Amino acid sequence: MFKAVVTVTFKQSILDPQGSAVLKALRSLGFQDVEDVRVGKHIEVLLQGESREKAAQQIDAMCSKLLANPVIEDYRFELAEVKR
Amino acid sequence: MRFGVVVFPGSNCDADCHHVVDRVLGQPVEYLWHGDKQLKEIDCLILPGGFSYGDYLRTGAIARFSPLMDSVREFAEQGGLVLGICNGFQILTEMGLLPGALIRNPSLQFQCQEVHLRVERNDTPFTLCYAPRQVVKIPIAHAEGCYVADRDTLDLLEREGRVIFRYSSPAGEITAEANPNGSLRNIAGIINEKGNVLGMMPHPERCAETIMGGLDGLRLFESLVKWREEGGAR
Repeated sequence: MFKAVVTVTFKQSILDPQGSAVLKALRSLGFQDVEDVRVGKHIEVLLQGESREKAAQQIDAMCSKLLANPVIEDYRFELAEVKR
Repeated sequence: MRFGVVVFPGSNCDADCHHVVDRVLGQPVEYLWHGDKQLKEIDCLILPGGFSYGDYLRTGAIARFSPLMDSVREFAEQGGLVLGICNGFQILTEMGLLPGALIRNPSLQFQCQEVHLRVERNDTPFTLCYAPRQVVKIPIAHAEGCYVADRDTLDLLEREGRVIFRYSSPAGEITAEANPNGSLRNIAGIINEKGNVLGMMPHPERCAETIMGGLDGLRLFESLVKWREEGGAR
């Protein structure tokens, strides 16, 4: 069994309105050193797989087909073998 | 002219669209359940507004994989008329039938208001009944209506005349003040390359009767019928 932790974020070229709002809030709390904030998504997927390589291939396909929209988002993931 | 309105779990403008086609336009219309496999015999498909699948993951992201959507794609690719309104527009971009994407309004607010739009072209099946460069008033109601695409895509849309509606002032000027949601180049509605698939954030079905505040939206539905009567066929 594998567990993938997928992180989806807006591409740098895309305005992130939530990130901008959080940035303003942090500054208003006195965190004046904050330069930028990007808000993304954290998705955990548990899957069966014969090998780490096959699991990674599947997760990559899931990301490009559904979990992220390649027009506006980038994704990355970490994969770990876990016990049921 | 036979219309079909696709119903997803979470659609909430399906009844409005059905009402306008049936009672105002006087054309045959039926609901199409997202879980069906086959489209019925129709000439124009409407993807209505709402919050399909609760907008989970991204707006339109999950609706795209409903069983009916393979038939919708095939229908569109064969030249069938497809009108995506609001969530319908978001679904069309997720499907790749229209380029770009719709993201959260920079205001972070759900913008529910009347806006002015300039009709950029009146030679499409969707806009025949508008005057050239007519300014119309149609409501918007969305939190994710900010249209984005890369510069090459935007330039391509402009070059091919595929921007159909743009947020404008009442006088038809394209200004930042007239843009309710930060959409790049004030884009409110675009068409595909073949000209048979239109996506738009504003809601024409909400201003198709005098009692609802105007008829500017009805002209879009009338355009489809006129186009058909004048021999437009898929």
